[in-house]
Amino acid sequence: MSFELNGKTYETDDDGYLVNLDEWTEDVGAHIAEMEGVEMTEAHWEVVNFLRGYYEEYNIAPAIKILIKEMKKMFGPEKGNSAYLYDLYPAGPALQACKIAGLPKPTGCV
Amino acid sequence: MADNEATVTEEEPKVLTDLEKVGEPAVPRKKPKDVHGDELTGSIKVPKVEENVANHKPYLCKPVTMEKLGFPADLREDWHDAAIAKMADLLKKYKSLQVYMDICVKCGSCTDKCHYFIGTQDGNNMPVARAELFRKVYRRYFTTEGKILGKLAGAERFDLDLLGEWYSYFHQCSQCRRCSVFCPYGIDTAEISMAAREIMDHIGVGQKYTNDIIAKVHDVGNNLGMNPKALKATLESTEEDLEEETGQKIRLPLDEVGAEVLMVTPSADFFASPHVESLLGYAKVFHQAGISWTFSSAASEAGNFGMFIGNYSHMQKLASRVNDAIREIKPRRLVVGECGHAWRVAYSFWNTIIGPFDTLDPKYKRPQHICEFTLDLVKNGGIKLDKSQNDHLVPTMHDSCNVARGARMGDKPGGQFTIPRELIKASCNRYVDMDQDTIMEKTFCCGGGGGLLTDDLLELRVQGAMPRMQAFSKVQETHGANFIALICAICKAQFTKILPKYGVSMEVAGGVHQLIANAIELGAKQ
Repeated sequence: MSFELNGKTYETDDDGYLVNLDEWTEDVGAHIAEMEGVEMTEAHWEVVNFLRGYYEEYNIAPAIKILIKEMKKMFGPEKGNSAYLYDLYPAGPALQACKIAGLPKPTGCV
Repeated sequence: MADNEATVTEEEPKVLTDLEKVGEPAVPRKKPKDVHGDELTGSIKVPKVEENVANHKPYLCKPVTMEKLGFPADLREDWHDAAIAKMADLLKKYKSLQVYMDICVKCGSCTDKCHYFIGTQDGNNMPVARAELFRKVYRRYFTTEGKILGKLAGAERFDLDLLGEWYSYFHQCSQCRRCSVFCPYGIDTAEISMAAREIMDHIGVGQKYTNDIIAKVHDVGNNLGMNPKALKATLESTEEDLEEETGQKIRLPLDEVGAEVLMVTPSADFFASPHVESLLGYAKVFHQAGISWTFSSAASEAGNFGMFIGNYSHMQKLASRVNDAIREIKPRRLVVGECGHAWRVAYSFWNTIIGPFDTLDPKYKRPQHICEFTLDLVKNGGIKLDKSQNDHLVPTMHDSCNVARGARMGDKPGGQFTIPRELIKASCNRYVDMDQDTIMEKTFCCGGGGGLLTDDLLELRVQGAMPRMQAFSKVQETHGANFIALICAICKAQFTKILPKYGVSMEVAGGVHQLIANAIELGAKQ
């Protein structure tokens, strides 16, 4: 599978997750968000940027508890809770936000 | 003339390769948001049989992963001959498989016992019909009457259409073995489905979910792909949470040489909810009992998907990580966390494929299930539980298929049923069992076992969960049950996703050690 944006073809896996992480740009993220029906606001980017930073360091997305805790540390308790994250990403912060951030789909017994 | 006429280009119909034909379902897969649960009636409905349509198929494994696992990258040109040769090999190696091929008398006992048949109403999901897909190939190439009489003797040539049916229906079996409980001859359909997957992998038809995960464990060490640095950071963060919650320094040690207990658990316990709640439970139990313990980054996965694809060499290679960890840590005891199929592999296979565990203390089971471990502590006063902490809950136990029918626990027959229940009852004032025909050895699969816990099979998973959901909805109505106690990472992930499709909150699913985590009394012993 793949999608095209500004004349460039981006390869994705069967579920639409970007195959090559290095190809990610904010435009690509915004485009995936559009396909997901998510309208990106500053709050959405805060999550995406955190995920990308975490991935860069650890080569895996953070556990959901860590995401919540770190959001709380950085942006305060009103942003560090599960309801807030599900509000931003209705299909689930782990899956949908990772997809928009260009990270691979978390797999395993999760 | 309409403006847009000039821009319309005829799209050429896509020509599918043979492999794509095998992997393409009869009807397009639904998006997760378009999948809905069946209406719950409180009684398991007897399905009216529908036409065999092969409309569920998981994604095919990509060539690069197939090669990594030592399988052909693409459908082999000589796939037909290679499949028959592999079948001959398996029939020779596993006498049980040969017996299962010959012994079925078509009595019909198994027909309505499979959760996927009940949920999908697809006739090919009757266990006898599923096995028949294998048997008709067997008869054609391995029996005299099949060779001579062909279809008259129920024999069929293995062609591409039949291979497509194999791919569909051997991935609509969660290898839960419920059908075998009702079979008067004890035919184990799980073993047939494992053999079928093994044959398919050997001709270049692999399933993405299971094979990606096996490759990931070989590469990184666990199903999640969590490297040691990320694992360490995650455990440290969880320690912080524990301290905030309890005010005590409760540890989640990693790679601590000389620890008394080596703990091997599914990696989902580190990462996902509600799995992580049980992880907190394990940590509190070890802490309060004062027993030193550690996880290992070499063996950071209890799960073993090698079993799901019927491939013993991958199963052994995955399991050998536990031996690496034993050599490194030098523990006296080996304990396995809440994971259904992992416990089957640990209890029924480890001693044969990676044992004997001579360096471990023979006073204890080698390996031991975390539920046995904790219940012993409850019984000998090593930990104390305050049941009132769980007074908001009315739990019911969902027995995991691989624990119920593929293993045991403790010293007595049926320990795999009594030990988790005793543990729940020791931590809660209330408890109710679901209908007797849906628990213990007759338990229904959660609908996501056997390597089917993937979103490309979500509709099947929802349908397959229906019998369990009906049994649960009954005790929900009659006894106010509001917690499904689990000892399996797959069950936890499956229910968390499926419950909302049936209008039940995902918080209803949780681990047995989540209940222990709530109830355990921490601090100075009296």
